[in-house]
Amino acid sequence: MLITIKYFGQIAEVTQKDEEQIEISEGLISELLSTLNTKYSDLKHKDFQIAQNQELVNLETELTGDEIALLPPFAGG
Amino acid sequence: MKDKKPKNVFREGPISSDFIGNSIYKHQTKTSIGAHNIFLGQVRADEIDGKVVSAIEYTAYEDMANQKFYEIREAAFEKFELTCMHIYHSLGTVKIGEICLFVFVSSPRRKVVFEALEFIVEAIKADVPVFGKEIFEDNSHQWKKNT
Repeated sequence: MLITIKYFGQIAEVTQKDEEQIEISEGLISELLSTLNTKYSDLKHKDFQIAQNQELVNLETELTGDEIALLPPFAGG
Repeated sequence: MKDKKPKNVFREGPISSDFIGNSIYKHQTKTSIGAHNIFLGQVRADEIDGKVVSAIEYTAYEDMANQKFYEIREAAFEKFELTCMHIYHSLGTVKIGEICLFVFVSSPRRKVVFEALEFIVEAIKADVPVFGKEIFEDNSHQWKKNT
């Protein structure tokens, strides 16, 4: 399935882009993450949370094929 | 006073004192209010390894952030007896000394507004996906992290 991945802040510095679409087979968030770690080797040194459809998820969450976002530490206010 | 769907909390650039003053003025017609409380987040000239911050450049995952602001707003109305509440957060560049966050709560009585404001500001810091790039005077940068 085709998913859209959004990158923010220092994560976008690593990926050199704000957004991309990736074709990936069904599975868990952890499988998507290992794909991304292979593609962007500096990613594993970064601190971030993952959101799926604007809700934070963990590595065992099932991929639903929608919008994923990699969110570095929050700095609002 | 509850909104049905998330509205946009973000404003481009710093929040001006005129805007803040005008917000206070607009509440003069709401005469059930007996107490307002206001939080203003200001960009600080932090010194890090001998370099001084000159501005913060804010970005956000805007859709999720507005949804989180909405949830915080709903939770605050649920928890406290508030007449109204407003939140504004900057995007883009905000220089040191300028305001990047404006939270405004109003209630018939004072005790509520102290508690509500702290609840709201702490929730914003913890839960809303806003990112801050601290720009130093020499144009290098580092990423801000809420503690």
